[in-house]
Amino acid sequence: MKALCYNNVRDLRVENIPDPAIISPKDMIIRVTLSSVCGSDLHIINGFIPTVKSGDVLGHEFMGEVVETGSEVRKFVKGDRVVVSSVIACGECHYCQHDSFSLCDNTNPNAFMPEKLYGDTMAGIFGYTHAFGGYAGSHAQYIRIPFADIGAFKVPEGLHDDSVIFCSDAFPTGYMAADMADIKPGSVVAIWGCGGVGQMAIQSAWLMGAERVIAIDKEPYRLRMAREKGRAETINFEEADVLEALRDMTAGRGPDCCIDAVGMEASGSGFGYAYDKVKQWAKLENDRPLVLRDAIMACRKGGNVSIVGVYSGFVDKIPMGAAMNKGLTFKMGQMHGQKYIPQLLEYVQSGQVDPSFMVTHKMGLEQGQEGYDMFTQKTDNCMRVVFAP
Amino acid sequence: MTQIKVTSAEYIAEALPDPIGSGSAYMNVGTSERIISAVAGLALMSFGLRRFSIPRLLVAAAGAALVERGASGYCPVNNMVKRDTSQAAKPESTEITKSLTINKPRTEVYQFWRNLENLPKFMQHLSEVTQIDSKRSHWIAPVPGGIGKIEWEAEIIEEVENEKIIWRSVPNASVDNSGEILFKDAPAGQGTEIYVVIKYLPPAGAIGGTLAKVFNPAFKQMVKEDLRRFKRLIETGEIPVSESRPSGKTQTIEDNSMDQIEKTYESPLL
Repeated sequence: MKALCYNNVRDLRVENIPDPAIISPKDMIIRVTLSSVCGSDLHIINGFIPTVKSGDVLGHEFMGEVVETGSEVRKFVKGDRVVVSSVIACGECHYCQHDSFSLCDNTNPNAFMPEKLYGDTMAGIFGYTHAFGGYAGSHAQYIRIPFADIGAFKVPEGLHDDSVIFCSDAFPTGYMAADMADIKPGSVVAIWGCGGVGQMAIQSAWLMGAERVIAIDKEPYRLRMAREKGRAETINFEEADVLEALRDMTAGRGPDCCIDAVGMEASGSGFGYAYDKVKQWAKLENDRPLVLRDAIMACRKGGNVSIVGVYSGFVDKIPMGAAMNKGLTFKMGQMHGQKYIPQLLEYVQSGQVDPSFMVTHKMGLEQGQEGYDMFTQKTDNCMRVVFAP
Repeated sequence: MTQIKVTSAEYIAEALPDPIGSGSAYMNVGTSERIISAVAGLALMSFGLRRFSIPRLLVAAAGAALVERGASGYCPVNNMVKRDTSQAAKPESTEITKSLTINKPRTEVYQFWRNLENLPKFMQHLSEVTQIDSKRSHWIAPVPGGIGKIEWEAEIIEEVENEKIIWRSVPNASVDNSGEILFKDAPAGQGTEIYVVIKYLPPAGAIGGTLAKVFNPAFKQMVKEDLRRFKRLIETGEIPVSESRPSGKTQTIEDNSMDQIEKTYESPLL
């Protein structure tokens, strides 16, 4: 089969590799119909996350059609249309049984790697480096789904692929961001980052009864999308001082809920940005926490900071004094797809949310490098490139 | 039912008896004598193998026996005449402790382990364990490189159902070892806590002791990974693996790096 593989930093190639096979009776194989790029892939492609090897198949946000099931798969038969959580969970460990699927004890075969890096292991993720399990990714014609009954979900009749694909990762991540931010009726919500996850966080904030949603980015077309599709107020951080603007827009209180949907490769301006760029370049710091700093400074006293943008290692100059003395609450994590996906499919089916507006470009795997270049450089108003393998 | 009140690993370690140093760890030759044996043996071998003749071959064989005596610290002749010059270098046991929480009831976790024939399902270095009777069992581990296997017998010297098992290799084992596993209820219905201590005597005394120091971190990691596999197997019914070949990289003979990283953790020892 064809698969889009990592070859070197910012060098992806289509290779011919053997088709996946069922290894455990709980596995199934699906033919991938759509597989999306994701901002977190860029951290890998740009060389910021270690343990990616030349030849690894990328991609973790996908859907497809069942072609083969293991003997213990109960929920699916050949021909079913499914969307699959990017996080792989066993369903049996303490974490899975308490809805914290991305903390699964059992699905990372390379548990010793994160154990050294993070002190414990977490769930495996499709196509997301060897530290996260070394599972083959979804930018391929076929993919093996371990623990299929837990991680895959049947797509309701009548829904278009474009509306469903983001239920694999971007929507549950944005929804979990809003969930962790503890949005209540009357809450003012600020969301940094208007990529796929940010757009989905905007939609989710409304579902949870937010009073106002303020979205922050620098790309005019992404801000426009946040306004038009997400009914959000927007701040362009290249044109305005974000902290000042947020204070002015909230009559001096600051937002009740601040969501970081950007993570370790934040861009910005001024001294802080230059400082982090240099340190990251010199490998003295893995992550550029510009958004996190702003979120802490902007957040209302006693407010919530919710982090779904990915961080990989150490960060510098976090205003801990502000966080502590303002009595902020922090919640963060990789998304628990298995917890949220059934509910999100209902939102899509009822028409309350239609994430299909984020599919701005569709390509074949052969155009993989071109697709990622476009996504990285944000050319042609690119929100998400989706591959149809 | 007796309650285990003490949970600290130190207590377990104290309670666990040392393995009996009668197998490969047993020595009866002192350090200076071992060095002399080895050097003299090498000299004899080098003389014996320089030219081919039957007498020279016998000399070489005698040299080889001396080298073996030096390296192992064990001399069958000494044993026969009850001579022991090794007082200065009695081997010290090496100890590994590890604890872990398993999301299954204590009885189930205990039963799975107590059926010792299950052990090779998650202990990577074992190929087979056979129960001889209710206490005794026969253990087989392949030697790396597929050049043979080592075997030993172990016996359970103490057990309390659903609480603990203590075992020890029987005298003359190829690897003198002992171990203990405790089973406790984890708080708030989180399943079972297990506490494991394994002690072994490094083969060949002081030389083995130095080697053991070098390899102990690897051995410790091996025990850790074995226990992780135990948890995964009993919780999910399988030991999850990523693809054996998740990669589109064409494999070449030089390119072993992929192999190493793709597999689940494998002991550098075995």
